Amino acid sequence: MSKIKIVRGYPEYMRESIEAVEKTRDGRLKETFPHMSLEERDEILHKFHPDYKKEAKRPVKVGPNKGDLMPHEVADLLEAHPLIKPEDVDLSKADFDVDVLIIGGGGAGMTAALWANYSGVDAENILVVQKLRLGDSNSIMSQGGIQAADKSNDSPVLHYLDVIGGGHFTNDPKLARRLVLDAPLIIKWHEELGVMYDRETDGTMITIHGGGTCRKRMHSARDYTGLEIVRNLKDEVLNKNIPILEFTSAVELLTDEHKQVAGAVLYNMETQEYYVVKAKSTILTTGGFGRLHIQEFPTTNHYGATADGIVLAYRVGAKLRDLDAVQYHPTGAAYPEQIVGLLVTEKVRGLGAQPVNKNGEQFVYPREPRDVEASAIIRECYERNNGVETPTGMKGVWLDSPMIDILHGEGTIVKKLPAMLRQYKRFDIDMTQDPILVFPTLHFQNGGVIINENAETTVQGLLAAGEVTGGTHGKNRLMGNSILDYSVFGRIAGVTAAKRAKNAKIGKLTLNHVTKYEKMLKEADVTTDRKAPILLPEYRGEKVLSRALDIF
Amino acid sequence: MEIKQKKEKKEEIVRIYIMGREYKVPAGLTIMKAMEYAGYRFIRGCGCRGGFCGGCATVYRVKGDYKLRMALACQKTVEDGMYTSQIPFTPAEKPIYNLEELSPSVNVFLEYYPEIAKCVSCNTCTKACPQDLEVMDYVQAAIRGDIQEVAELSFDCIMCGLCAMRCPTEIVPYNVALLARRLYGKYVMPKAKHVEERIKEIESGKFDEEIRRLKETSMNNLKEMYEKREIEPE
Ligand SMILES: Cc1cc2nc3c(=O)[nH]c(=O)nc-3n(C[C@H](O)[C@H](O)[C@H](O)COP(=O)(O)OP(=O)(O)OC[C@H]3O[C@@H](n4cnc5c(N)ncnc54)[C@H](O)[C@@H]3O)c2cc1C
Ligand code: FES
Repeated sequence: MSKIKIVRGYPEYMRESIEAVEKTRDGRLKETFPHMSLEERDEILHKFHPDYKKEAKRPVKVGPNKGDLMPHEVADLLEAHPLIKPEDVDLSKADFDVDVLIIGGGGAGMTAALWANYSGVDAENILVVQKLRLGDSNSIMSQGGIQAADKSNDSPVLHYLDVIGGGHFTNDPKLARRLVLDAPLIIKWHEELGVMYDRETDGTMITIHGGGTCRKRMHSARDYTGLEIVRNLKDEVLNKNIPILEFTSAVELLTDEHKQVAGAVLYNMETQEYYVVKAKSTILTTGGFGRLHIQEFPTTNHYGATADGIVLAYRVGAKLRDLDAVQYHPTGAAYPEQIVGLLVTEKVRGLGAQPVNKNGEQFVYPREPRDVEASAIIRECYERNNGVETPTGMKGVWLDSPMIDILHGEGTIVKKLPAMLRQYKRFDIDMTQDPILVFPTLHFQNGGVIINENAETTVQGLLAAGEVTGGTHGKNRLMGNSILDYSVFGRIAGVTAAKRAKNAKIGKLTLNHVTKYEKMLKEADVTTDRKAPILLPEYRGEKVLSRALDIF
Repeated sequence: MEIKQKKEKKEEIVRIYIMGREYKVPAGLTIMKAMEYAGYRFIRGCGCRGGFCGGCATVYRVKGDYKLRMALACQKTVEDGMYTSQIPFTPAEKPIYNLEELSPSVNVFLEYYPEIAKCVSCNTCTKACPQDLEVMDYVQAAIRGDIQEVAELSFDCIMCGLCAMRCPTEIVPYNVALLARRLYGKYVMPKAKHVEERIKEIESGKFDEEIRRLKETSMNNLKEMYEKREIEPE
């Protein structure tokens, strides 16, 4: 095979297109492609957004959402057998007996743990279970920032309008209201924890636009916003001595005779031992489903984003919503191959970089809501054939990153986008000089477990917060609203769980819901050997898997 | 319309040694994906897969070189003849403190991390850092009690643990830096007054009526308001 010649990180043949981008840059600096109207948005979504592809979904056959359309990958998990059989687990003695059990140690989980503690639950009566290390989550990866309407030209009312419009008017208004009204309070709490948000010398927050915002209300900490918040949360959880079980996953919830959730069965991923936890309040904070690779898309998500939470909640009868709406981030890395699918934060467009095609032409307003922006990029590559093809056959469009330093002064990328700059430098690409190639990537679970304003699900004893929930963002979340989401509802979940724990009486632990679920599967004629939750994705090579023996 | 983002192609193969055992894997994979291709399924040593969590710290050596190098398995491409081993956990100490009771004093680092005084300026930590941070410089700043310098130089730290593993005097730079950033963010950076003011307005119920009206208005009205809302210029 002949080797492709690489020039400053890019195959030589791509350089021609980069030159076209450079040629049009001066002109483009002076004009931005216009917004789409609501009708235009609607049309492009129907034609090009992966969610509108009928073959990609089916109605789920069992459970409280029976009949609802969901991506096959999600329906597969709901139409699957539980991992454990009731007779394999001894429920007569609980290994842990706590007030508050928190399943998932990302942003929502840690926030809930801290607020349960602030609300009077002693650290030793809290238990956080976490599949990976504490904090290894989508939360640590978020880059761009968090929205809060705290500037004088802004108001929670405008933020509310943005949330609802961005969600195509499908949001739960009560949750959207809570989200925007609690936002400034969360920023203040973060300040008190020590989060180093970017600020002017007088303390004024430096804020920028995000997709679908009408005011500049994105607060960030360089482009490591999630890392910075999670480092603070994690240190605080450790300082409070809140017990954590790492490399341990919840594999099934427990119920009692009053049909309330009463804890969970955990599984030590390393020793394969199970533990029984009895809990007065159980909070589900397991995050999203990127690692299901819906419609074979690559993903920005962390290793553990496998939809476990919706499976666990569904088995005990919790209602879900909007799972048909999958968020594809418009700008995932399309080149180099090593980082395909990883996120190019929206902040890059927020700072002025325009998406342009192989001829260096703009084709979309840079900050339409995510689904609209993603659809426009797909159209440019696949209908108009104006994408750039990579050596592995991916198509993508350019994001003209050098515009940022031209618009805001040299050194802006170094200061404001160090993570992005580093990401590309590792593979010899200098994004201050050359544009970067992008294509939509699977990013966010818009829907999830239904909750109310108190973070309670439709099942007694079970609360939920963060990406595992649905309603706050309707069918499309805007950037910066999910760090906010896990913070606002993580906090509320912690407070509600603490309150509930004061009076809740837990009866005898059972797995009756598992037996019932098996019966439902049978009645619905689901014949499968699939099991769920899957806990981790399977990435081993095909050859190895085809030769693997299960003998040790 | 079918979206096809892949092309079948013949792959170039390289030989790598995972903890000493030889495997043949396609060229161009990251160490992480190469290990998976070879048949490893991670429980530890893999978190975000994107260079943000520091969970995949790795030591490696390349053909014909005696030097041990450090990298993130999810961010480093395999090379022919590469030897790799992961360090999924660093048993470093993290003192417990109550930030509310601390102050950003010159001595705070020496109090919680007295071992920093033993730094011999060998720069091994800096060389070990997969984020290319000036680790030794910030340790030196910590000795001087310069909180701002530590916070700013260490800001991009993902706490992978490699600096601590390499330090000949057992310093844990990344935990020192964490304390610095928290103190800096909490006590040194000026507070945002506009946040405080907005919280008061919200608590006084200033926006309740308007949001209630939005919640109750007709869908058409809402859509119209959304479309007509004024967008703050760049
Ligand atoms: C690359 C990237 C960039 C982003 N950028 C932004 C941004 O700029 N602004 C913004 O607002 N949002 C952003 N988001 C979205 C946002 O980060 C997430 O939606 C949010 O952090 C989710 O928080 P969470 O706590 O609900 O879930 P997570 O942070 O994912 O935490 C869930 C945790 O639960 C664990 N877990 C899962 N299943 C189990 C189980 N069965 N048992 C035990 N533990 C389990 C997981 O391993 C994980 O650690 C981004 C997301 C990604 C992936
Ligand atoms: S897996 Fe998170 S940095 Fe590599």
